Amino acid sequence: MSHDPTLNPGDVLGLDADLRDDEREVRDTTRRLVREKLLPNVAEWFEQATVPVELMREFGALGLLGLHLDGYGCAGASPTAYGLVCQELEAGDTGLRSLVSVQGSLAMFPIHRFGSDEQKDEWLPRMATGEAIGCFGLTEPDSGSDPGSMRTTARRDGTDWILHGQKMWITNGSIADVAVVWARTDDGIRGFVVPTDTKGFSTQDIHGKLSLRASITSELLLDDVRLPETAMLPGARGLGGPLTVLGEARLGICFGVAGAARACLEAAVDYARTREQFGKPIGAFQLTQGKLAEMVSRVAAAQLLALRLGRMKEAGTLTPDHVSLGKYSNVSSALEVARTARTILGGNGITLEYPVMRHAANLETVLTYEGTHEVHALVLGKALTGISAFT
Amino acid sequence: MTKIVVLVKEVPDAAVQKQVDSSTGRLDRSGEKTLNPFDTHAIEAALQLKESGALDVDEVVAVTVGPSSAVKALHKAVSLGADRSIHLTDDALVGSDVVGTGYALAELIKRESPDLVLAGQQSDDGQSYAVGAAVAEYLGWPGLTQVIKLDVDGQTLTCERQAEYGYDTVKVTLPAVISVGDAINEPRYPSLKAIMGAKKKPLESLSLGDAEIDASKVGEAGRKAVWTGSQEPPAKAAGELIEDEDTAETVEKIVAWLDDRKLI
Repeated sequence: MSHDPTLNPGDVLGLDADLRDDEREVRDTTRRLVREKLLPNVAEWFEQATVPVELMREFGALGLLGLHLDGYGCAGASPTAYGLVCQELEAGDTGLRSLVSVQGSLAMFPIHRFGSDEQKDEWLPRMATGEAIGCFGLTEPDSGSDPGSMRTTARRDGTDWILHGQKMWITNGSIADVAVVWARTDDGIRGFVVPTDTKGFSTQDIHGKLSLRASITSELLLDDVRLPETAMLPGARGLGGPLTVLGEARLGICFGVAGAARACLEAAVDYARTREQFGKPIGAFQLTQGKLAEMVSRVAAAQLLALRLGRMKEAGTLTPDHVSLGKYSNVSSALEVARTARTILGGNGITLEYPVMRHAANLETVLTYEGTHEVHALVLGKALTGISAFT
Repeated sequence: MTKIVVLVKEVPDAAVQKQVDSSTGRLDRSGEKTLNPFDTHAIEAALQLKESGALDVDEVVAVTVGPSSAVKALHKAVSLGADRSIHLTDDALVGSDVVGTGYALAELIKRESPDLVLAGQQSDDGQSYAVGAAVAEYLGWPGLTQVIKLDVDGQTLTCERQAEYGYDTVKVTLPAVISVGDAINEPRYPSLKAIMGAKKKPLESLSLGDAEIDASKVGEAGRKAVWTGSQEPPAKAAGELIEDEDTAETVEKIVAWLDDRKLI
């Protein structure tokens, strides 16, 4: 017996009804952009390990950059609207979502939150239009989950600052016009707004990535980069600064990976209904249905969790523990969904003709960036027991 | 300075199954609704005239007649770039036919005295293709339909119309009412900032009384078109499926099929 499907894999729980009109419009516009302009090309970008820089101007014109920030040409959208944009972009590709979330959350947000008026006026309007691209330098070759061990230093020379060190795994590094770099000073860890044309600043792209290929990842080399006193972010002191910034970006990840998972579920359902083996669609086999049931459960839970976190952020009740829960749960769910989808698509699943392997490969990166799965587990463990197990 | 009024309509989303409610004889417009996609071409045409400087446009005003939910369509119109919007809404408008709607829109347009009125070629629900013409008639202005190219020279518009037999080139002097074909342009994406700001743009909501519109000429009272019944279109025979196993053979089969029917 075959009937029309009664569940829509795109919105299993009818969450659409819980969105405001403007949020739905923002979501639909981004979805259309992804479908019309990005999906037709993303497999090629992934294969060639690149992403066109010109996209930033297009994203800027559309208002995607710094969408959730107020003023300076930004739309001042709700965190949920921003999350929905991430969800749609990542349903296209994690690299596209990363392009936008690094710009908006990791580069624009710290300037917006911690910067001086001069820093904001100089950078934010141009970053909102995509004319200037930003990146975020915290991680180092020997300092990942333990950012407190960073070796990059900023020392005084008269009133100037001299930055020296190395940053690693920096999305958009080599295409950036400005880098928000965190460095150790006599006064603890501080953030600096570094124009990338400053003498002593250079980048090197990281090649041979098998994941997040439609994204540029670089190493930043800071060889005695001399900056004026005004380059320091006045409002951020200590590790709390960069950690706040990462919390902002992680909300986008919670939504984003739910989008990637949804795309994989949709591809798998479509394939299961049309691919025939042993004289019937493979979706008619119990093992396939079992896989789909597991996938749809994960996707629905991920979407629900993301939306809840967005609403908590709006209500001011969201804590870093919640964000860790969202990242921990949603990324592993999305990865599981992508891998399972791959098995449903068989050999086709490993090609760029279909999105599932691309998503599965990308999500391997998301599992460890912006706080590894393990670190978020420790955050949750500490939050529940009151006992820190970090060291 | 030039003012452009763009006529817009809220319609059921394309994914919603459309049917006539047999108890009222009107389209069942329940379910998810959106801005009539054909109207986005009219908005885009207005914005292109404004941005290119072809006309010295100081204002683009979106106008609609519809229930309270039609505000959403106006929000969408301003998020695409209209400067403000006008919403005529009144219980007495329910059941208006094309002529009644055309009259009400013309009255709203008179209040604004624009230089140019743009409309989409059709609505995605009623699909009469005739509202623009009715509006032009009530205004006593030249009306053109299916315009896919607009060239401006002072107060003269040179319009290319897509007709069944080819293309017409027609010159009109403003003011005029022009419904544009969907081939005229590719509507832009609304900017997300404009979406978030749409509710802050001026929206004037008017009743029939506010707009001094004669209630006897609209709604059920003014209705001239009456729905008498509907039937399913005759079922079509299933097509012939040709499996492509050997391409040369497949081509032969297709050619033979077309040849049989004297199509080639």
